[in-house]
Amino acid sequence: MSFMEIRQLSKNFYHLSALSLVSLSVEPGELLGLIGPNGSGKTTLFNCVTGVLRPSGGQVRFKGEDITKLSADAVYHRGISRTFQLIQLFPEMTVLENLLMAAQERQGTLLSRLLRRDETAEMDRALKLVDYLGLFGVKDNLAANLSYGQQKLLDFGMALMPNPQLILLDEPMAGVNPTMIKALVTHIQDLNAQGYTFVVIEHNMEVVMSLCRRIVVLSQGEKIAEGTPAEIHDNPAVMDAYFGT
Amino acid sequence: MTDVFQLLVAGLSIGSIYAMAAIGFVLLWQTSNTINFAQGEFVVLPAFVMVLFLTVFRFPFAAALVATVIVSTLLLGLLVKKVLVERLLKMGVLPLVIATIGLSMLIRYSLQQFWTPLALPFPAIFSRQPIRVGGVIFSSEEVMNVLSAAIVIGTLQLLIRRTKLGWAMQAVAQNRDLASVLGINVSRLVGVTFMLNAALTAVAAVLIAPVYLVKYDIGIGIGLKAFYAAIIGGFNQIRGALLGGLLVGLVETYSAAYISNQFRDAFALVILIGVLLLKPEGLLGIKEEWA
Amino acid sequence: MRGWRTLGILVGAVVLLLFPLVLEQYKLYLASLTLVYLILAIGLNLTLGYAGQISLAHAGFMSFGAYAVAILVPLGVPFEGGLVVGVVIAFLWGLVLGFPALKVKHHYLAMVTLGFNIIVFLVLRNWESLTGGSFGISGIARPRWGPVRFQSDRAYYYYILGWTVLVVASAHWILHSRWGRAFRSIRENEMRAEVVGVSLRNYKLMAFAIGSAYAGVGGALFAPLLTYIDPGAFTLDRSIQFLMMVVMGGLGRFEGPFLGAVVVTLLPELLRASEGFYLIIFSLAVILMMLFMPKGLVEIWDWMVRKLTAQRLDPARPPAPPEPAAVLEPK
Repeated sequence: MSFMEIRQLSKNFYHLSALSLVSLSVEPGELLGLIGPNGSGKTTLFNCVTGVLRPSGGQVRFKGEDITKLSADAVYHRGISRTFQLIQLFPEMTVLENLLMAAQERQGTLLSRLLRRDETAEMDRALKLVDYLGLFGVKDNLAANLSYGQQKLLDFGMALMPNPQLILLDEPMAGVNPTMIKALVTHIQDLNAQGYTFVVIEHNMEVVMSLCRRIVVLSQGEKIAEGTPAEIHDNPAVMDAYFGT
Repeated sequence: MTDVFQLLVAGLSIGSIYAMAAIGFVLLWQTSNTINFAQGEFVVLPAFVMVLFLTVFRFPFAAALVATVIVSTLLLGLLVKKVLVERLLKMGVLPLVIATIGLSMLIRYSLQQFWTPLALPFPAIFSRQPIRVGGVIFSSEEVMNVLSAAIVIGTLQLLIRRTKLGWAMQAVAQNRDLASVLGINVSRLVGVTFMLNAALTAVAAVLIAPVYLVKYDIGIGIGLKAFYAAIIGGFNQIRGALLGGLLVGLVETYSAAYISNQFRDAFALVILIGVLLLKPEGLLGIKEEWA
Repeated sequence: MRGWRTLGILVGAVVLLLFPLVLEQYKLYLASLTLVYLILAIGLNLTLGYAGQISLAHAGFMSFGAYAVAILVPLGVPFEGGLVVGVVIAFLWGLVLGFPALKVKHHYLAMVTLGFNIIVFLVLRNWESLTGGSFGISGIARPRWGPVRFQSDRAYYYYILGWTVLVVASAHWILHSRWGRAFRSIRENEMRAEVVGVSLRNYKLMAFAIGSAYAGVGGALFAPLLTYIDPGAFTLDRSIQFLMMVVMGGLGRFEGPFLGAVVVTLLPELLRASEGFYLIIFSLAVILMMLFMPKGLVEIWDWMVRKLTAQRLDPARPPAPPEPAAVLEPK
């Protein structure tokens, strides 16, 4: 049984078909790449999976459970976390607070969150992450005051905080300098080796081809190819989708 | 039965004036995210200015009207935009809201203190002669109000639909950043919208003054009605504000005539609850989809 | 930093406790009124400042507390009982109002809450058998505990102070918990908050309910202060007054309501010397304050604190962290 299974997923905005009968599966421990030209529906797919958008049709199953109609917070509780193409942080909170925020709703009940004051475990984890990501120097800075690269790292850190089982990264390398790209790639590989499952949307072909063992290609809302990097590389339909006629 | 028609015209008459205030209100919101709590005072001030030109400077009517519109446009349009809106818009909606609350108080109490706390009489613009149509008697003033409002609003619609300026306004209303990227000078456009609003409220002032009398505190009621009209009709469409204004005018007129004091409130209540529960974005409003 | 804060609280406590002994009637009334408004501002600051949910219904919730006390106390219910009833009603209706907040935002929500305020006002005015309609209710008694009566202005001031301390302490407790952080996350980025597991439904409902409950407390204390209430005290104007306090004080900052309540209540009084002009000067002050301190009076407060402590101030500092491990430990 696949870790996550997407069956015939569709999403329409009024008359625009953003996703059309897309099916794919994710195996546990995988590092799956999701590529395609702009507007092909990749982020829409993520949004549908994570409960940010309600799909118009189809199904999403995670560890055997149908999560299609769940709200975003419920999806998060199931162990799926994500980053965003356009960085989404809490601007007036510090780096540490952003990370704590990413962890606090994972456990306990509404009432326990009011009564329980101890945050040492979460703080420990946040500090370790801050160190791992190289953000220790800015840990008390407001998220709005970070550089773009630092914000990307924070976004990444927030996705890791709740100890998720599946991590969806939406263009983690976009707008990031080459040194940082190398660092991020190393982080992702490290974590994947430790057992975290990733699905990565990326435009940077070098990164995708080297990082991912399996790739799915979307174009205009449909899945047009699936396979290893080599297979995708030689696939004429993929070339066509990107450079078109 | 003839009553119903007479009241209809009366309701439309006052309603079309509310509609003008409401339309300006909605335009400001659309193009610059401004909730103008001083909209009522934007009607009162030109009314006072008109009185100034008519009684003190003794201008003939048409000249006074033009002068009032110009003063209003400069003061309540350009000046307000430059001083308040430009600075505060980037801080979010609320600081500007509070500033407009302060502005409404400033205008209101300045008029009370520096001019007069008393009500000033305003000359009737249109003759109050009754018109007979098949046994039904209308006030020609009311008919002229509706016509004037129709002309003004119609012109506005043309402006928005058919001119470059209008398209620019629509663009900014829909997607500010995109409009800016496409070369529209958003700041200048916001200035133009403010001036348009000031012109609208000036005209509304001239039409409403003979009916309401000119007093420093009538702005509260007018502003509130413009707000209701925008709520009921829909904040994101001019048609909505128009419909809302007319509805408010009609409800006000009919309930004053047919419903006793006690139930007048209940009636208004039911309509309000109805709209809020069933269609919180307004009767003609469009639901803004979030995710 | 800690030292300064404790000192500040002590000084404040001394002022609040001792000053009233030298104040006479009108000024005492103003002090009491400021405390009541502080309670109301704290409630609205929670809903709007921290959770980002615009509410123009605050005066409506205030009326629940006021009328509960005004109606029940003459029937023999102790004041505190009436207060609790008012607060519970306010809390429940706050929950009700929270539901539209789940569907609409910003100006739409403003309108819905405005509509609620108007509806409450109309009901208060028309349900004469219960509320006395436009005539209101007069002769509202102040609390008594057996032989101890809080009848005099001075005694009642201290009674109000007691409740104020309770409100401030409870608000501090709530806002510095995970709930406080969750509220702020909703205000700052609602979509992201939901994606990190924040139940928008639960927290928005709580933001409204708790804010309204505080308004109920304020309303209950308000009624005996004036000894007379009528629906006219709970109109949109009143809700806007609280909005002004919260925005001018500083949205989403704990100190905000203190500064806002004091300024909005006392500034017009200070200006009364200028007779007819005081409202004009006040409205000018409002406009100028927004132009030069759009984040509220906390900007001055922060500046002062910075000068005094020569440290950078962050809204909610996490505790000093221990030394982290040098190498990442998995999971």
